[in-house]
This record gives sequence, C-alpha cells and structure tokens, in this order.
Amino acid sequence: MRAQFVLSEVAIGLRRNLGMTIAVVITVAVSLAMFGAGLLTRAQVNEMKDFWYDKVEVSVFLCGPDSDEPSCAGGKVTDEQRTQIEADLRALPQVEEVFYESQQEAYERFKEQFKDTAIAQNVTPDSLPESFRVKLADPTQYDIVAGAFQGRPGVELVQDQRKLLETFFRALNAGQVAALVVAAAMIVVALLLISNTIRVAAFTRRRETGIMRLVGASNFYVQLPFVLESVLAALVGALIAGAALIVVKVTLIDQILAPSFPFTNFIGWNSVWVTIALVLLAAVLISSLASFVTLRRYLRV
Amino acid sequence: MIRFDSVTKQYPTQTRPALDDLTLEIEKGEFVFLVGASGSGKSTFLRLMLREERPTRGAVFVLGKDLNRLSNWKVPALRREMGTVFQDFRLLPNKTVFENVAFALEVIGKPRHTIAQVVPEVLELVGLAGKEGRRPDELSGGEQQRVAIARAFVNRPKLLIADEPTGNLDPSTSVGIMKLLDRINRTGTTVVMATHDAAIVDQMRKRVVELEGGHLVRDQSRGVYGYSR
Repeated sequence: MRAQFVLSEVAIGLRRNLGMTIAVVITVAVSLAMFGAGLLTRAQVNEMKDFWYDKVEVSVFLCGPDSDEPSCAGGKVTDEQRTQIEADLRALPQVEEVFYESQQEAYERFKEQFKDTAIAQNVTPDSLPESFRVKLADPTQYDIVAGAFQGRPGVELVQDQRKLLETFFRALNAGQVAALVVAAAMIVVALLLISNTIRVAAFTRRRETGIMRLVGASNFYVQLPFVLESVLAALVGALIAGAALIVVKVTLIDQILAPSFPFTNFIGWNSVWVTIALVLLAAVLISSLASFVTLRRYLRV
Repeated sequence: MIRFDSVTKQYPTQTRPALDDLTLEIEKGEFVFLVGASGSGKSTFLRLMLREERPTRGAVFVLGKDLNRLSNWKVPALRREMGTVFQDFRLLPNKTVFENVAFALEVIGKPRHTIAQVVPEVLELVGLAGKEGRRPDELSGGEQQRVAIARAFVNRPKLLIADEPTGNLDPSTSVGIMKLLDRINRTGTTVVMATHDAAIVDQMRKRVVELEGGHLVRDQSRGVYGYSR
C-alpha cells in the first residue's frame, strides 16, 4: 500500500475534474444541511417536550356556585366532596403530586399572569374556580385521571394542558418532516451526481486504469482513488453543512430565538455536535455507496 | 507454459467464431510469432491469454493455471507474471519515462526503495539510460516502445505478450526493438508476439504460428512469415 502515491492520484483526479467536484460538494452540502436541520428540529421538539411536559399538569376544576355542568347540579362543591376528591386523587398510582389551588390563589395567579391588562381589573376571586393541580408520574396517563373524575359530582372539568401543547408540537413536527423530505430528495440528487462524476472520472482516466489492470493492480488499488475522491468531496460538503448548522445555532437560536422566548429551553451544543457527527457519517455512507455501485458497473477488471 | 485446449471463442455479435477449436502449446522460454491477416484471431488469442476474454468452449492454461477456473480476484496476480506491449505504446503522456515505468510497480504496491532500484536497471537494459526525465512526446517512436517494454519487463515477468510492437515503427527502428525482445527472451522469458511484419519474422527464424479464420493453419519451428507472399 503506497499511501503517498494513492493520495497524489486523488489530488490529480480532483483537480482534473474540478467543476464536477464543486458540484458534488455543493449538492452534498445543501442536502446534508437540510438533513441536519431536520434532525435539529426534532431535537428541539424533544427538548421542549421534556421541558413542558415536566411542567404541565392535569387540572381538576371544582364546581363554583354558578357552574353549568350537570355534575355541578348540586351547586358549589362541598367540603366533604373536596376532601374525598383529594383523597381519591392521591390514591391513584399514576399520580405523583397533588396541589390544591383555592379561589384566592387562583385569583392571585391570574392577576400575575394578566397584570397590566384590563381583564385583571374585572375579575374577582369568586369568578374563578378552585382546583386540584395534579402532577402525573407519566404525563401520557391523562386518560385514566380524566376517566375517573370527569362528570363526578363536585368536579366541573378535567383539563389536560398537554393537549394545548400538542398542536404546537404537531406544527414543529410537520416542519421537521418537510425538512427531511427535501433532504431525502437532495440526497438522491447527490447520489446520482456522485455516480455520474465517477463515470466521467473513470472515462477520463481509462488510460491509467487500463494500464493498472494490465500490470496486475488489484481491483482495490484501481478503485481506491475514485472512492477516496468522492468521499473527500462529500466530506468537504458535509463540513460546509456542519458549519451552516453551527451558524444556525449561534445566530438563529442563541441570538434571536433564545432572548425572545426566555421561558423556553433550546437545544444545546451537544445536539449540534451529535447532528454534525451524523451529517459527516451520512456523507461517508452516501459517497461510498454511490462510488461502490458505480465502480462495479464501469470499472470492471 | 501456455496451452490452448480445443478453444473456441464466439463473440455474441458475430456469426463466425473468432477462434475455432484451436489447440496449441507453447513451452517455457520459447519465442513465438503469431501471424495471420486481420480478423484471423490473433488478438482474440492474446486476449484469452490475458484473461480479458473467456473461451466459449475449451480450456486455456497460462503459467500453470486453468483460466476458466481462476477466480476474478486472482486475475491481478496472474497479470503480474505477464508483461504486455502494444502497437500504440500506451504510455501516460503527463508522466516522465521514469514515472511511466515506476507506475507499473506503484500500482501493485511495491515499496519505493525497490522502485528506485529496479527502474533505472530496466531503463539501462532497454537502452534508455539518461532519458529518465523525458516525457513520451519528447521521444521517438522506437524510444517510446522501449519505455513500454521496460514497463512490461520491470516486474521480470515469465511471459511477455507483444501485440504488433513494431506496427508503428520504421524498419530500422523495428530491428532494434526485435533485438531487445530477443534479449529479453534469452533471459528465460517466454515471448509471444503477434505481427504483420514479414521482414522481421523472416529474419528472426523463430517458431511461427499462423492463424486463418480462427483455425491454426501452420505451426513451424524456425519459420518464415509465409509462402504465399
């Protein structure tokens, strides 16, 4: 194995075919940047899910004096009902914690949330329901709690805050799918382009490869420069894609989004590095796959 | 060394076989001229020896190996024991004489110090000492063919195959090339040379094998190009 000789052949090959090499680099860069963006969106969704699902609760609102629900036909919830509901909530194995929020506490939270708005002036403690805030060990177990308490006398409404977030996450997921679909299409383009580049390179170098075969160079030796060239070009493209992802993290996330949404967790550098590693891996896989298949067809010994 | 055993080669696009039930044996150390008109099957004969083609029927043995049974990945090892020279030299135009010869060793993974040693030796042998740094287009046709022979011989093959090596050369240059091939033959290397050059065949008085329409029509030790000319 003569590393230096192989590398000089690779350098000559890349220079001779510069236009095609640049095309491969750009295509790979764009497709893998899309691929990386899709992965980062997913990481972001997961990050936000972890952050929010940890905070969301199931609210069990108790009947007030004016509730319309049939379960509130008996008027305002009685002390007895309230004690029983709390005991039953705590008895459920899925429930981790239960907080009681009185009308006064609800009023104070409301005022805090809507301070400086006109609504806060018109609300009185009486117009807000008292509630139990239930934290579940596993947030997906909402249905069990809802089934047990919805419609029970003294309970006006069981609400899962998670449902409100789902809509938002669905939108983010759709964005992620769109990015991955575009990435997949671009990767197909990259595969075809690499394959075509190798065909052209194999044709321009048919004299060399002919001599190589004649003097008994192994298949591996004849094909290695072509494989290395496409892997190298793809890796350069992948590095550009990686740089683009770093730029997205630094500008879009750290400088624009994070200051505007201080209460939201954004992906950290860890996710970015993992994504870049995946992008590099994808580049090697794509290019070696394309060259392997092409060389089998066009460079037979 | 080389044995063709009832070999028939039929190309898919042609109606007549290129070689038709040919049986022939070439011993180690022989010098054999392969003569015949264009389309007589000379090239197919050479390609079968190199295992660029496989016979339709029959068996080809080269260097003790049955080429029908030789698996693809062993073909390079076989070709390392054979040298090949062509009418059109097949040199790399952007490499020097030295690099052209060294290329044959580099691509089979020979270490650099070996290359530095054997390439000047073989260039000396073919009479190109002092021209290592020239490029092919700075050389005469005869010199270019000497580079090609050096490349074919640098690995000291047991068998040298020459496909009309003098086809592009004038008669006096051709004589020089033939002397070189004869010298290589005297080192024990078997030489099989396809040619149209009657003067050379007549002069050398080596074994002559004549093909016509894929058949063996003459096999003569110390023969001449042909009577019918």
